[in-house]
Amino acid sequence: MTQLSVQRPNARPNRGERPGGYYWYIVPGAVGFIAIVLLPFAMNIWYSLTRWSGVGIPQFIGLENYARLFVDQTFWASFLHSAAFIVAMAIIPTAFGVFIAAVLFDYISPRFGTRIASFLRATFYLPQILPIAVAGVLWSWMYQPQYGIINTILRNVGMGDLAQNWLGDSDFAIYAVMNVLIWLRIGYTVVIFMAGLSRVDPALHEAAEIDGAGWFQRFRAITLNQLRPEIAVVLITTSVAALKVFAPIFVLTGGGPGTATIVPAYFSFTNFFTTNRVGYGAAIATVLAVLVTVIAVALLRYQTRNTEGFEK
Amino acid sequence: MTIDTAVREEVIPAQTVRPAPSGRRRNARAHRGVSGWAVLALLVVAALLMLFPFWVAIVNAFKPPADYIADGPISIPTQLDFTALVDFWNGVNFNQKLLNSLIVSGSVAILAAALSLLSAFAIGIGRIRGRVWVLAVFMVAFTIPQEALVYPLFVLSRDLYLYDTLAGVIIILAVLQSAFGTYMLSSVLGAFPLEVLEAARLDGATRFQTLRLIVFPLTRPTLAVLITFFFIWTWNDFFLPLVMLPSAGNQTVSVALGALSGQYTSDPTALAAASLAGILPAIVFFLIFQRTLMRGVNLGAIK
Repeated sequence: MTQLSVQRPNARPNRGERPGGYYWYIVPGAVGFIAIVLLPFAMNIWYSLTRWSGVGIPQFIGLENYARLFVDQTFWASFLHSAAFIVAMAIIPTAFGVFIAAVLFDYISPRFGTRIASFLRATFYLPQILPIAVAGVLWSWMYQPQYGIINTILRNVGMGDLAQNWLGDSDFAIYAVMNVLIWLRIGYTVVIFMAGLSRVDPALHEAAEIDGAGWFQRFRAITLNQLRPEIAVVLITTSVAALKVFAPIFVLTGGGPGTATIVPAYFSFTNFFTTNRVGYGAAIATVLAVLVTVIAVALLRYQTRNTEGFEK
Repeated sequence: MTIDTAVREEVIPAQTVRPAPSGRRRNARAHRGVSGWAVLALLVVAALLMLFPFWVAIVNAFKPPADYIADGPISIPTQLDFTALVDFWNGVNFNQKLLNSLIVSGSVAILAAALSLLSAFAIGIGRIRGRVWVLAVFMVAFTIPQEALVYPLFVLSRDLYLYDTLAGVIIILAVLQSAFGTYMLSSVLGAFPLEVLEAARLDGATRFQTLRLIVFPLTRPTLAVLITFFFIWTWNDFFLPLVMLPSAGNQTVSVALGALSGQYTSDPTALAAASLAGILPAIVFFLIFQRTLMRGVNLGAIK
């Protein structure tokens, strides 16, 4: 395909004119997209209309899988848990992240120097570099009820009554998982917001300071306002990630105990590969895909309308 | 730059953006005061809490099991005991996992960057018609949950004899990640200096020559950033390698560690050692790559 574009020495590479030959360059990406995303997604929708165990021929059953989904307690529970993970991965890290970033940037940094601020930021960021599977192994070991460090510390400081089977008790498991996700995510928001803050014109703060505004007033009036684009992007990306969360559940709880921490992604996974109800798993995955896409598009449109154009 | 850095939620290293000294710091340092120290102390405590899991992993990975049973997880080991780490390393053949992860991550990074460059050349420089739509459709690859693709990909790769091969996973992940690269590079190339392209045209350069001799060298810093991102994302990726690489000989580091969940529960130091083995490469990459990433975000800031 490169040949074709080389053949015409008079072709004009400047934009706006005769873009025809450039289409060849989109071919590899388009072929890949069709083979890896479009075709499989279409097949997934087809599977969702069938009863199939993965072997033999799928049997077409129409919308039966979807009808069953809507009365399936586990399915609704999984989306309820998704909401909890949006809190843990989007809302709490954003709230803490804005605050920590602002404190580091215009409270610690001017008083103690940028090096200390950078160092603290790096510590908050560190969990973010870990593969989630590693974080999961680490935390499930820390949560271990008998010899795990969390219960050991509680017993040592005389609060042994608070010791729990953190991941094994259906009352606590979801909070235990949320805690790990918060730990993983805070660094991401701190880094993004600190980058955003360096964009804010210092004159704004100076003027406010001269007018006698305290730190909290400036935080509310200037920082939060100026960081709106970053806050929007972070909320969008982390919410979408929260809806898709899989690895922490796989590693920490396996959706359990019972269905106490099951999420849509894990629910479809078990239908695919554990109980071999491929059609049902495909229906869950399709619903999740549609939901995530709709939410992502809606949030992105809202955000681009409020900031800048999609592609300039 | 916000969307470029933030769209993919995982890896953006801490060192990339240093807090620029702002105008009001020109004078002397602000007054520290008691409240200043109090705030600093609070933040340091919070930072120590963040580091705490790393600390316990390191301490316990080298602790003799007898120490753990006697003194629990908090104590400092009386002697450095490498047995847990060595046992884990040999037990799961960790060298093999490291090699697999390196091959997969390296290939995905290069392949995805190449795909991104080609597509972005058509979109950003070629300004092909419908480019906004092409980009929007490509982004679906980015938002769609992989669960909605995994079973068909499993079936297709089995039919094509790519199931349980590194090549299969490499192709899939490269295409999925190139969506982000295309998006980012398209906006970079969209701002490519027109005079340069015009000069190339006057010299009679073909499209491919323009790409190879002008666009590629000038976008190399951005490509380096993309390759770094892709490498780390792939290294940390869990779901598709878990499904597509079932045999132990093909497993990546992430999957090997994920498979540990529920095992070793009777041997407390083994899990700490396993965690440490997983932490080490991540920290190495962080140290190696931070300069590239810093350069990249500076680029983004100019834009």
